[in-house]
Amino acid sequence: MFISQAMAATEEATGVFPPFDPASFASQLLWLIITFGAFYMIMSRVVIPRLSGILEVRSDRITRDLDETQRLKAEADAALAAYEHELAEAKKNAHSIAMESTEKAKAESAAAREKVESGLAEQMAEAEARIAGIKAKAMAEVGTIANETTSEIVKDLIGGKLTKAEVTKAVSSLVK
Amino acid sequence: MANDPISQFQLKTLIPLEVGGMDISFTNSALFMVATVALTSAFFVWATSGRGIIPSRGQSFAEMTYEFVAGMLRDSAGSEGMKFFPLVFSLFLFILVANMFGMFPYFFTVTSHVIITVALAFLVFFTVIIAGFAKNGLGFLKLFVPSGVPMAIMPLVIAIEVISFFARPISHSVRLFANMLAGHITLKVFAGFIVSLSSFGALGVAGAILPLLMTIGLTALELLVAFLQAYVFTMLTCMYLNDALHPGGH
Repeated sequence: MFISQAMAATEEATGVFPPFDPASFASQLLWLIITFGAFYMIMSRVVIPRLSGILEVRSDRITRDLDETQRLKAEADAALAAYEHELAEAKKNAHSIAMESTEKAKAESAAAREKVESGLAEQMAEAEARIAGIKAKAMAEVGTIANETTSEIVKDLIGGKLTKAEVTKAVSSLVK
Repeated sequence: MANDPISQFQLKTLIPLEVGGMDISFTNSALFMVATVALTSAFFVWATSGRGIIPSRGQSFAEMTYEFVAGMLRDSAGSEGMKFFPLVFSLFLFILVANMFGMFPYFFTVTSHVIITVALAFLVFFTVIIAGFAKNGLGFLKLFVPSGVPMAIMPLVIAIEVISFFARPISHSVRLFANMLAGHITLKVFAGFIVSLSSFGALGVAGAILPLLMTIGLTALELLVAFLQAYVFTMLTCMYLNDALHPGGH
């Protein structure tokens, strides 16, 4: 009701429904061309290049930053790997050094012991030889003493003198 | 005037101009076109002037608008379609801001006049035809010959395709124009009810609450429609441009 009334009212005033009034078309079209044309120019010449530039710069920056991160991460990984390698190497070295020194110490102590032992054996042999010599000497002296003693006893007892050879023969036959 | 839902579409001559018998006066419609263009351009030029890696609020909004329209165009017409980006971007912003201006009381809605939407629709239509022939030559006519259709019904299908192609600027423009026109008339009618009911005394004022609520609801709806119609117009533009670039692709 309202619309029809209103439309009737407008149509009385101007004759046509305003959006369909051809009399206004030329002016509207002209101003649309001017304004939209200007708008298109401003957008395509100024605003869009600026915006795409901004976005491009930003995405470049992000890509660059990501690349940099990647590079730094690779570096850090390499450093870690090198460190681990060094550590393993050092451990291995330490182990071999320990083994080596143990071996060396063992060999040294064995050599020392051998030397000492051989020294001891030598000394013992020497001592034995000396003892044997002393014993032989002592025995020989015992023989001499016995001979002398015997010749003295015989002299005292029988007053005769025995030759040395006779005494020695008699003593050694007794000692046997 | 207050109760007349049509008078809001009335053109008023502000500066009378005439060239060769043609009335090219600067009207309220022209004023709002200038306002639309001036405000939008000023905002975007201001917002992008900083060119910051880290955007300001204004720049962020401008970038979001750019990405929104670029996404629409890229999804419909592929990266090749980006050469039409300035046109699509301008169309979207012009229609959106003009629609939004129309939501202010006493403001003129530029897009509620059929001549404006028809002009914009034909701009797209001829862009599609020119770009289509320029890029594909006669291959552009493959647009009317869908693949996989039996030969027997081919003439019929081609006829339908041709008709629908030439109906495009009509549906494209009328959709926008009619939505804006009808929405504004409805708003004005319900707003008018408030005034006329209030003149019937206390009971009338109490009853006027209903159309008031309706007007509030419709205002929200119209805001949605104002955005949505700008979006739909742009979306269809992107799809038509896709036809120009890939005529065999459907």
